[in-house]
Amino acid sequence: MNTFQLLNGLTFAALLFVVASGFTLIFGLLRIVNLAHGALYLFGGYIGFAVATRTGSFVLGGLGAMAAIAAIGFVLDQGLLRFVRGNELRQVLLTLGFAFVLNDLALVIWGGDSFTVPIPQLLRGGMRVFGVFYPIYRLFVLVTGIVVFAALWALLNHTRLGALIRAGVDDAEMVEASGVNIRRVFLVTFLLGSALAGLGGLMGGAFLSLYPSADAEILVFSLAVVIIGGRGSLVGVGVGSLLVGLLNTLGQVMFPEFAYFVIFGPMALLLAFRPLGLFGRAAST
Amino acid sequence: MTQATVQPVRIAGMTGGAVAVVLAVLAVAAALPLVLTNYQIGLATEMLIFGVLAMSIDILAGFAGRTSLGHGAIFGVSGYVVVYASAQAGLPPLAAFALGVIAATLVAVVFALLAVRTSGVYFLLLTLALGMIVWGICLRWTQVTGGENGMRGDVRPAWLVTHQAFYWAVLTAAAVVSYAMWRFVRSPFGLTLLGIRDSESRMRSLGYNVSLHLFIGFAVSGFFAGVAGALYAMFNNFVSPSTVALAQSVEGVLMMIAGGVGTLFGGFVGAAAIIALENAVSAYTERWQMVLGVTFILIMIFAPEGIIGMLRAMLARKKR
Repeated sequence: MNTFQLLNGLTFAALLFVVASGFTLIFGLLRIVNLAHGALYLFGGYIGFAVATRTGSFVLGGLGAMAAIAAIGFVLDQGLLRFVRGNELRQVLLTLGFAFVLNDLALVIWGGDSFTVPIPQLLRGGMRVFGVFYPIYRLFVLVTGIVVFAALWALLNHTRLGALIRAGVDDAEMVEASGVNIRRVFLVTFLLGSALAGLGGLMGGAFLSLYPSADAEILVFSLAVVIIGGRGSLVGVGVGSLLVGLLNTLGQVMFPEFAYFVIFGPMALLLAFRPLGLFGRAAST
Repeated sequence: MTQATVQPVRIAGMTGGAVAVVLAVLAVAAALPLVLTNYQIGLATEMLIFGVLAMSIDILAGFAGRTSLGHGAIFGVSGYVVVYASAQAGLPPLAAFALGVIAATLVAVVFALLAVRTSGVYFLLLTLALGMIVWGICLRWTQVTGGENGMRGDVRPAWLVTHQAFYWAVLTAAAVVSYAMWRFVRSPFGLTLLGIRDSESRMRSLGYNVSLHLFIGFAVSGFFAGVAGALYAMFNNFVSPSTVALAQSVEGVLMMIAGGVGTLFGGFVGAAAIIALENAVSAYTERWQMVLGVTFILIMIFAPEGIIGMLRAMLARKKR
């Protein structure tokens, strides 16, 4: 693998991290496997695209995507998931139904063509890094991934909300018993996780482009990341994203037709020895 | 085991009453082509095929407590192999059919090897991811699978070309595999699966090899999903990545749940209901995906026990 491909893998890993960290936050704390996460990503991309092309501002596109997807997340959590609380299987399947609805809605609104979110002038073109000429935008994605990691790290480890989330991952009942409104923490986490999917959609929409089956692809990669990394672990997502991102690039270079195998082979092997992932811990229930 | 109590007369493991019901249902089903149009016969055939798929999923979901989102892939692999073997490799239809079922069973064996250690949501996620690999391969391995365009080929033997003949063949196959599945879940092996569903740790401490039982259960379930897939390939004479896509698994699971988890024969009820709905909706709108999603959400919220479960609950209320 040469430097160019290595950078490709790293930037893809950064995007995966942004999307999968939202997924794992929700999975870790609320125990909800949100299979609509891919659809939220795609929807976020489309909304970001619409806002960015109308206003001509990439930043506004990002904010619009995050706000809109957080709002959709609110509807999903408060409007639908509240009826099936406590039943994991029904929750998962409900989010799957929601994903179908969202995808079809996107197809109605934006049609089946593929879109690419316009990259702002500042980030166009390429620059020399480590001896190769590389697109600036993808480096920007890499930096954004690192910034999101740092921000989430700070949030989880140095704020009261973060402490509550971490405590909730370990034992939600205990947190509630000590007088915390855990429902509100749950809701904030759900919105945050959704917003990250929206942000990922905009970022990915600018270099992977947006098309009707993009949601399923990103969802599978996110699943792989979370299965490898383990439930609710930020470091796990980081390591998982790097592994999946690099393996995917390696796979595409060496065996383009079986790229999926290269990711899921190691994942399956890992599961055989550590069913809860690299950094996962058994649920305390 | 010695039976001290007087047993009712049993034919092929069923009580006399059950035999009568089964024969009546079969007779009605067999007579359907005489009154239906060709299009309706096609729909009925599809219902039977997907009923078998839903039942195969129910073996795991209802009797081993493991909901699989990878059965659409197993189903689809069988279809791909059947079409490839007959259209590209030139094998006779029956050999292609057998190859398809064997291939599906092998895929299920691989899935099972990886999935038996997990349970609950992790099982769901893993089978979903494994199914997506199969989908990815069918989509990208263009030389063999035809990529996005899929593969076409006349798979049916000459004596099954008419709608009626094929319907009767599928009905026979569905009846045979349904009976096999029913015997399977009621066998001591099936009861062990039930025990694992209810308490894995207890079964383990009783000395049962939980992983091995789940592995065999998964393989058997995959075999039946493969039968459904092979029949579907013959029905359509066509396979494409959408045959193996997640939506296929989801539809199978939805049919299984709509019929009622753990009712086995509910699979046919669910399949009939969903396919009838699809057909009715498609007459008015192209937004079937959305309707499917909404149906899924509504069933999860209001009727997680499925149609048969709801009927049972209503009957129980009346009796009281």
